[in-house]
Amino acid sequence: MDILSLFVVVPVLTVIALVFTKKLEQARLVALIGMLIELAMSVNLINKYMNARKAGDKAIMLFQRDIPWFEQFNAHYHIGVDGVSVLMILLTTLIVIAGIFVSWKINYLPKEFFIFLIVLASGVYGFFISLDLFTMFVFYEIAVIPMYLLIGIWGSGPREYAAMKLTLMLMGASALLLVALLGIYFYSATNGMEPTFDLLELANRKMDFAAQKIFYPLAFIGFGAIGALFPFHTWSPDGHASAPTAVSMLHAGVLMKLGGYGIFRFVMYLMPEAALFWQDFFLILAVTGVTYGALAAIQQTDLKYINAYSSVSHLGLVLFALLMINKTAWNGAMLQSLSHGFITALFFALIGMIYGRTHVRDITKMTGMMRIVPMLGVAYVIAALANLGLPGFSGFVAEMNIFVGGFLNTDLYKQALTVLAVSSIVVTAVYMLRLVGRMLFGPTTKIYTNLPHAFWYEKVAIGILVVFITLIGTLPFWWLQFIQDSVNNFIKPLVH
Amino acid sequence: MNIDTLMLMRDEIFLTAIILLMLIGEILLPIAKKKWLIHIGLLLFLIYTIQSFFPQKTGELFGGSYQTYPLVHFFKAILAVGVLAILLQSVEWIEEELLPYDFTAEFFILLFSSLLGLNFMMSAGDFLMFYLGLELSTMPIIALAAFEFFNRKSIEAGVKFIMLASVSSAILLFGVSLIYATTGSIYFDVIKTNMALPLMEIIGLVMIFAGIGFKISLVPFHFWTADVYEGAPTVISNYLSVISKGAAVFVLMTLLFVTFSTFGAHWDYILYGIAILTMFIGNLFAIRQKNMKRFLAFSSIAQAGFILLALLSHDKMGVQAIVFFLLIYIFSNVAAFGVVHIISLKAHTENMDDYNGLYSTNPRLSWVLMLALFSLAGIPPIAGFFAKFFLYAAAASKGYYILVFIAVINVTISLYYYLLPVRAAFLRRSENPIPKIHTDIYSKISFVAIVIGLLVLGLYSGVFEYISQISNIF
Repeated sequence: MDILSLFVVVPVLTVIALVFTKKLEQARLVALIGMLIELAMSVNLINKYMNARKAGDKAIMLFQRDIPWFEQFNAHYHIGVDGVSVLMILLTTLIVIAGIFVSWKINYLPKEFFIFLIVLASGVYGFFISLDLFTMFVFYEIAVIPMYLLIGIWGSGPREYAAMKLTLMLMGASALLLVALLGIYFYSATNGMEPTFDLLELANRKMDFAAQKIFYPLAFIGFGAIGALFPFHTWSPDGHASAPTAVSMLHAGVLMKLGGYGIFRFVMYLMPEAALFWQDFFLILAVTGVTYGALAAIQQTDLKYINAYSSVSHLGLVLFALLMINKTAWNGAMLQSLSHGFITALFFALIGMIYGRTHVRDITKMTGMMRIVPMLGVAYVIAALANLGLPGFSGFVAEMNIFVGGFLNTDLYKQALTVLAVSSIVVTAVYMLRLVGRMLFGPTTKIYTNLPHAFWYEKVAIGILVVFITLIGTLPFWWLQFIQDSVNNFIKPLVH
Repeated sequence: MNIDTLMLMRDEIFLTAIILLMLIGEILLPIAKKKWLIHIGLLLFLIYTIQSFFPQKTGELFGGSYQTYPLVHFFKAILAVGVLAILLQSVEWIEEELLPYDFTAEFFILLFSSLLGLNFMMSAGDFLMFYLGLELSTMPIIALAAFEFFNRKSIEAGVKFIMLASVSSAILLFGVSLIYATTGSIYFDVIKTNMALPLMEIIGLVMIFAGIGFKISLVPFHFWTADVYEGAPTVISNYLSVISKGAAVFVLMTLLFVTFSTFGAHWDYILYGIAILTMFIGNLFAIRQKNMKRFLAFSSIAQAGFILLALLSHDKMGVQAIVFFLLIYIFSNVAAFGVVHIISLKAHTENMDDYNGLYSTNPRLSWVLMLALFSLAGIPPIAGFFAKFFLYAAAASKGYYILVFIAVINVTISLYYYLLPVRAAFLRRSENPIPKIHTDIYSKISFVAIVIGLLVLGLYSGVFEYISQISNIF
């Protein structure tokens, strides 16, 4: 067994072990053990990756393994990682662990909750290590469908509606992706060669430009929908608002990153000419998403909706940066994926904890929470400041790279769009500071004065996330070294 | 003819022997011991199923009337597995509903006769054998559909089915006669070489297509489906939706790909249109259904539309995709119908709203239902995803991207209604959910085997590879 397949095998084994558990105590312990093993493996993977790069291994993908799966279709189980996927795997592991701690006291059907959560995680791991479009698609859908049950069973509010909307929109988008995959596959059969799903092999065969033009938007929207591309983002606010805490964290923190990652790794890499052809069109959508998300967040008073729209805005920046097509912007895009993963997970974790105490998510109905639950309050301030891009936290370095990358374009049109996107930062500051001011400071709401302080498992979850937000903010170059070598390889077909 | 060549139709001979044994058993066994018939029937059929997996030679009998080759033999084995699973699920039903009226042997005899007919139909080398097989498979099913004679809906289903089935048979037969008139033969091989495509022949082809389309319940020949599925005993609905439909699809495939291959490209317009219609009508009607049997009926119509995608490919890719899809479809649908059957038998309800909170009382049945529906919807890692993927690939390989696009839109629609029972069972909470159901050992075996099949058949590519090896029927 190679070190990468284990990332999928361990969650599967964890799920099997979970089937035999009975009570909450056993279920959460089994899930935690499984994910701690994943954490050890993630750290080990980072270590091995750095050693391999130090030893001068220049391959695009490391630790590759290629097993034929459906030979008639030339579909392989082909896996491998580079810098970005290594970091994404680490992100996934940390967020799932934080999610398990946040769900430490889940009492309704705990076993099933952890089963679906870990199944989802296994799909995400598989997605990040896939180098074969067929394998990638299988894992992608495995990651999406447990969402329906997680939101539907353990959610709150209009959970059935939100779960159905989310599932149908994401599966509908993945259906578009499927058509694009088949197109890429069959158009790779040039010069009598066997068609292939293999990413690295496909990159060598140049796809016909006429075909690229047709399949690129399908694939882009397919991945874009899960990355909150405007106007396909509407599942996200409803979905996040209804989802249970750990699921919101995992979804906004990890699952929505699949969109940007997929576009980066598969869509633009395989269809570079079409990427340039469609660049302006999708840029408009991305910038609309950035500004619209930020403005919509101002209007909201529900904590989860504020954060969901903020996610639309900040993930719009990822797509925006990818569409700018230069190294600086792409570095920023990947860093933003990571940074937003930790920040938004922290937000949702805190919202869940506050909601668990007050049973209210409306910021107009609670004030002075800082004095009541100081630990949560401080963490919320950290998350808010990181989100609006305060230097020292992860948001700043990511957004800095994105906007510098945007201005590196010499034409006025893209610079103007960059200015628009930058202005979203100001709006972010408005809604974040207003929220902090209203909810955390001011006179305390009487009915909430006796709320319990943060429990140890909540502190662990908060701690993990805050540490990584500051680590990215203070040591950006350590993280960028992983991202850079991946970006350098994958931007090659696009820049001449 | 010697014993060796006769053994080419081993499956059919075996099945006939079982039918005769059941008849003898019915005559000899005293009333008090009729219950043995169930176990005898199951045991004999199990032996039949096992023997059907042993390899069979390629060859023909009766001057080409009967043909057998690895693919058709394998498909018979698939059908046998499907029927075995249905029988295992129906043991309790037979004990409760049929045994008191002493109808046990009749049930087995009729069901096996129908399967025998399907086997002959698939192995047919000329239209005479084909028609004989078709009728032999349909007639017993009509009787079985009306088997719950104390239930008015069942009788209604039988009457509806016999009228429409006779009309469709008549149309098919007329089509056959037109083909005979133009090509001068009823043998598939001769027809293939003699086809010159005058107008009369085309009309004949369309009529044959309509006749088979009725069995597959393609739109616009689908009107009987929901009513008959709803009225007939669930076991029979299950049989109709997977076994009878699967065999008909197989026959349609061999006819279009081999016998009428000259007509090839012209078919595509018809298939293209009917595929779109069938998918949309099946899916859109399924959304509104509250009765689980009607729901599955429309779902099975929609599934037939997806199969047509692969019929457009006219090559090996299409054959392997269709056979693999049917295999998975049989597994998924037998499981879904099986759950509906057990709940209908034990809790006397087929209404989807009554499934609310099913998970709290019957977690295992809920899991089976969910896996089966996810498989029908095509969600990985369950086998249904792979089966659908190969269908799309077969259509896309000939450049039908727009049709694939329409199909994936339909998959999204279908996902909506496949999630409805899941929503009822898992998401909804109910004050008085369906009480805990104790299933017998036979149903348990059947469900466990199916669930393992659904999880393994897709991820493990060996089965698909085997199908691919024997798919060269041209």
